[in-house]
Amino acid sequence: MTVHTATLGALRLHPNVAVRPEPFGALAYHYDTRRLVFLRHPQLVDVVHALHEHADLDTTMDALGVAETLRGPFQRAVANLAEACIVITRDSEEDRS
Amino acid sequence: MTKLADQMKRGLDAPICLTWELTYACNLDCVHCLSSSGRRDPRELSTDEAIAVIDELRRMQVFYVNIGGGEPMLRRDFFPIIDHATTSGVGVKFSTNGTYIDTDAARRLAAMDYLDVQISIDGADAATNDLVRGQGSWDTARRAMDALAAADFGEFKISVVVTRENVTQLDDLLAIADSYGAQLRITRLRPAGRGADTWHQLHPTDAQQRDLYHWLLERGDRVLTGDSFFHLNALGDPLPGLNLCGAGRVVCLIDPVGDVYACPFVIHDEFKAGNVRDPGGFASVWNSSDLFAELREPGSAGACASCGAYDACQGGCMAAKFFTGLPLDGPDPECVSGHGAAALAAATTAPRPDQDHSRARARAAAAAVPVTLGRR
Repeated sequence: MTVHTATLGALRLHPNVAVRPEPFGALAYHYDTRRLVFLRHPQLVDVVHALHEHADLDTTMDALGVAETLRGPFQRAVANLAEACIVITRDSEEDRS
Repeated sequence: MTKLADQMKRGLDAPICLTWELTYACNLDCVHCLSSSGRRDPRELSTDEAIAVIDELRRMQVFYVNIGGGEPMLRRDFFPIIDHATTSGVGVKFSTNGTYIDTDAARRLAAMDYLDVQISIDGADAATNDLVRGQGSWDTARRAMDALAAADFGEFKISVVVTRENVTQLDDLLAIADSYGAQLRITRLRPAGRGADTWHQLHPTDAQQRDLYHWLLERGDRVLTGDSFFHLNALGDPLPGLNLCGAGRVVCLIDPVGDVYACPFVIHDEFKAGNVRDPGGFASVWNSSDLFAELREPGSAGACASCGAYDACQGGCMAAKFFTGLPLDGPDPECVSGHGAAALAAATTAPRPDQDHSRARARAAAAAVPVTLGRR
C-alpha cells in the first residue's frame, strides 16, 4: 500500500529513530523494527529533521526552500519513510499526551 | 551499479555493520570456526576497555554491533557490556551456541531492549549439526531456544552456515524457526579460521548453489542472509540486499584483543588496519587507516573484466578468494559462471590463517580422528 503524504498531515521523526549524517545524505535506523533506510539527499535530511516544526510536509518544504524539481522525489521518499515508521503522524503521539 | 552502491564503495563515516568478537574462548570446537576459537587470549580487552569501545561507537552513531566470539557469554562481564551498549543506544545482536542460556539468562535477555539473540545451529537434526559443531551441541542449542521461548523473549534468530550437508534442509530449518516464532538467518561458509581446512569438503556444490539461489529468490523475504550470497547474483535477478563487498567500506571487525580488521571473515595480518588501543581509537582506524583508504578506492575487475556477470556479482567475496589463494581481483572460488574451479586449479598455495586459538587437546583429538564428512 502506498502512503500519500498529502493525507499524512503533521509529521515527526519517530522517537526511536537515529539519523546519522553521511556524505550522500544520511542513514536512519529504527531501533524498534531494526530497519535501516537511506536518506539519499542532504536536503531531505534537513526536511526530515524539520518536520515536527511545521504543519505538514509541504509547509516544511516551503520553509526550507526546497526546489520544485526535488519536491516530487522528497514526497515519495517521505511516504516511504512513513511506511517504514521512520516518520509518524504527530497527533498519534503528542495530542494524546 | 547504482549511485548509492558507488557511494558505499567510497566508505561511510562509520560502519553500518560492525562485528565485535568479544573473546576467543569457546566451549565448542566447530570445524568451520572463522576465528579458530577455543582458548581465551590473555591480551583480551578489559571490561573498561570494552566499555570505552562502546562509548566510542555511540559517539560515531554506530546503530548496532554484532557481538560474537568465541562464545561471548563466556566473558564474565558479558551482561555488563551488553547492558552498557543497549542502554547507550548501541543495539546488540549477539551470536551464541546457547550453552549459557538457561532459564535465568533467558529471562535476563528477555528484559532488555534493543537486543537480538542468534542461536547457531548448522543442520536441521542432531546428526547433521553435530558433525560440524560437535557432539551434544544440537541438544544444547535447542535447550537455549526452548528457554528463550519460555521466557517470552520474542523473535530470536536461528543462524545457520550453509554447507553441502545442510543445504538440502533449508525448508526444515525454516520450519524449526517458524515453530519458535523465530527468524532464520543463513550465511555463507567461508574458508577462514578452521574453515580453511574444511571448506573444500563442506562448501555447497555448483548444483546446490543454483538450488540455493532459487530458494532465496522464492523465500528471501522470510530469511536474513547478511547479504552474504551476492556472488549468486550472476545467476539472474539479484537477491535483495547490498550487492557489494563491504570490507572497510560499510563493515569491519574488532577482535578480542582490539585489533581492527577490514572484513569479519579475514582475521589475518594482511587485513589488519590498527587497534582500538592505538591513539585515536577505533574512529581513527576507521577514518584514516591506509588499508581502509585503499579498500575504498575503485577496484579493478581484473580477470573478471571480460565477464558479463561482473556487474551482478562484483567478483564475489574477498575472504573466500584470499583463503583459497585466489587473486583478489579475480573470480570467487564459488563463481557460479564456472570460473572458480579453473582458478582454484591454478592456485598453488593459499595464505594460512595466522592465528589459532583452538584448544590444543581438542586439536590433537581432531587430528587423530579426522572429521568424516559426506556420511550419507
